[in-house]
Amino acid sequence: MSGQSITAEPPTAGAPPEREAGAWRRHAVTLGFLAPAAFFLGLWVIYPAARTVVRSFFDDAGAQFDGFVWFDNYTRLFSDDTTVTAIKNNAIWVGVVPALVTAIGLIFAVMTERVSWSVAFKTVVFMPMAISLFAAGVIWRAAMYQQEPDRGAVNAVIAGVKDAIDPAGVLSQAQPSSEAIEGSPEGGLTLTEAIGPGDTALLGLTGIRGEEVPADSVQAVVPEPLDGGITGVVWRDFSPGGGTPGEVEQEEVGLPGVTVELRDAGGGAVDSTTTEADGTFAFEEVESGEYRVAIGPDTFAAGFDGVAWLGPELITLSMIVAYIWIWAGFSMVVIAAGLAAISREVLEAARTDGATEWQVFRRITVPLLAPVLTVVFITMLINVLKVFDIVLSVAPGSVQDDGTVIALEMWRESFTAARNYGFGSAIAVFLFVLVIPILLLNIRRFRRET
Amino acid sequence: MSARILRFLARAPIHAILVVVGLFWLVPTIGLFIISMMDPADLASNGWWTVFLEPSRLTFENYSALFDNTAITSSLWTTLWIAIGGTALPIFIAALAGYAFAWLEFPGRDWLFVLVIALLVVPLQMALIPMFDLYNTFGIFDTVVSIVLFHTAFGLPFAIFLLRNFFIGIPKELLEAARIDGASEIRIFLRLILPLGLPAIASLAIFQFLWAWNDLLVALTFGRETQPITVAIFSQLRQFGANLELIAPASFVSLAIPLIVFFAFQRYFVQGLLAGSVK
Repeated sequence: MSGQSITAEPPTAGAPPEREAGAWRRHAVTLGFLAPAAFFLGLWVIYPAARTVVRSFFDDAGAQFDGFVWFDNYTRLFSDDTTVTAIKNNAIWVGVVPALVTAIGLIFAVMTERVSWSVAFKTVVFMPMAISLFAAGVIWRAAMYQQEPDRGAVNAVIAGVKDAIDPAGVLSQAQPSSEAIEGSPEGGLTLTEAIGPGDTALLGLTGIRGEEVPADSVQAVVPEPLDGGITGVVWRDFSPGGGTPGEVEQEEVGLPGVTVELRDAGGGAVDSTTTEADGTFAFEEVESGEYRVAIGPDTFAAGFDGVAWLGPELITLSMIVAYIWIWAGFSMVVIAAGLAAISREVLEAARTDGATEWQVFRRITVPLLAPVLTVVFITMLINVLKVFDIVLSVAPGSVQDDGTVIALEMWRESFTAARNYGFGSAIAVFLFVLVIPILLLNIRRFRRET
Repeated sequence: MSARILRFLARAPIHAILVVVGLFWLVPTIGLFIISMMDPADLASNGWWTVFLEPSRLTFENYSALFDNTAITSSLWTTLWIAIGGTALPIFIAALAGYAFAWLEFPGRDWLFVLVIALLVVPLQMALIPMFDLYNTFGIFDTVVSIVLFHTAFGLPFAIFLLRNFFIGIPKELLEAARIDGASEIRIFLRLILPLGLPAIASLAIFQFLWAWNDLLVALTFGRETQPITVAIFSQLRQFGANLELIAPASFVSLAIPLIVFFAFQRYFVQGLLAGSVK
């Protein structure tokens, strides 16, 4: 423009306003592109955040506004039992989950590199990512964590292993039916009176639930006495209507598979046998003398009633397992992508130099992956600080106080009966303060890149 | 040949471990699926895994009861509207802003973008109480709209961040050519940027859809009668065990849609994940 005005003519009056108008137009266009986002971020994020910070210094509970209280809400945060539990639990989450998820993702990523079906494996492990944390919680609670070993899969597996090592007794809850038998299920039951060859022992038991009676049992019978031997019967001394204790009656069934011991006067076992379908047993060729017939404590060993995964002690652990199940796939996929970007030549060179696989992993792979591992770790840190849904779906109402976390307390204080907005705001601000270091880290990373 | 067998044997433990781990990852979901197809009386005394011995015990009754339950079906529609609105709106708005941050010059651009990055990690808990008040004031509390708008706002920072980074990679020559041809910025945006940005928009859409579909906290706070499926299941949870025949199929339906989306668009999903995290 200035190159053209060789003559000393004054610049035309219209030129500068025209340029200005162009600039204004450009800015107006820019504003048009930015305005919708600015509207939403301003009204839904920035304004409420500021409002929440202010409110956290006020006593504002149950729609009652009682003025400025300085840091009272924050003091309460660290003295109220429930919020202290929440902070402790969140500390466990933060201490355990990001590290474990990163480590598991790394292990899976390295392992899948060595198999040809890695895509199938990755898909399976990654799948829970698509599911809501809430539904995932329902999955674990319904299918895995039920306490009864015949309903919850985890306890079923434990019960299976325990049964193989330390089997439960046939009659875990039986009691003597009459005074003819003494002792207790824990120490074993013994016939009160001593008997000898030719006698018949009647061992009646009660307290046996219908489903605990073996399926192959039949009507109990009193066996014929045996010359030079001891016979007897172990039966369920209970018939509809009660019956007479100590007598074998119609509809009372024998208890098969019970181990019966024959003990001498000193209490040492001389023989043992197992009952038949009608509950009868026999010791043949018994030397004359005084004996007592006993059922050992093994028969009454209690079965496994299941670990209380959803109980107050284990609830956080149980939720963490379910949470890792959800997020391991994320970690694995991101780390696998980082792994694929590492140059093969570097690894091959180290291997030709005689480095073992472990050395290659430890000295080359992990250091080269460090940035990716950091990203996964930080992402998980943010996620875990805000954990919420899974507590509501995994923890039964009665143990939510034991498994609670900061985000859940924020919600419960603000939106359930208490409606304590001041306190709820303070909890939210506390959550925000915890992520500020990550916020600064993100900004620093961005500025370094540009 | 023998070398191949040897190598396979050396790797056998890895195969074995991965198979076991893979099964461990599948079992819980399969478990819920089976539970959702079991008679409640059967379920009370038998573990879901016993069905494998006797598959005839599976029944569709729970599902037919579920789809006859108008509360559940209407909450599925609510979820769908929330997810569609909560996906389309933030992506369109973020694409506009992302284009401005990538290709328009304006004072304070870098500072504003730093602000967007800062907003990335602001917990949505910071906004719950004031928005609860505002929604009541404006009379939109307990509507699909209020939930969609909240998802929009909190989806924006990540969406702007991702799209700006993608748009900035579009060759400069293309834009300059269009500008020299006299195309307006909005025309460039609609005809050039959006089509070229489709891969990023697709992965973002999947994320945002899953996020809105799977949300519990926002809907629980701003809805009473407006219940998406997560909230509907949540309100049934109090009697857990007593009504597993409703909770299990409802949960399974609620996760079937995300799983379908996931399997159909897995590639975009993974790409979006990598673009978002490995920076």
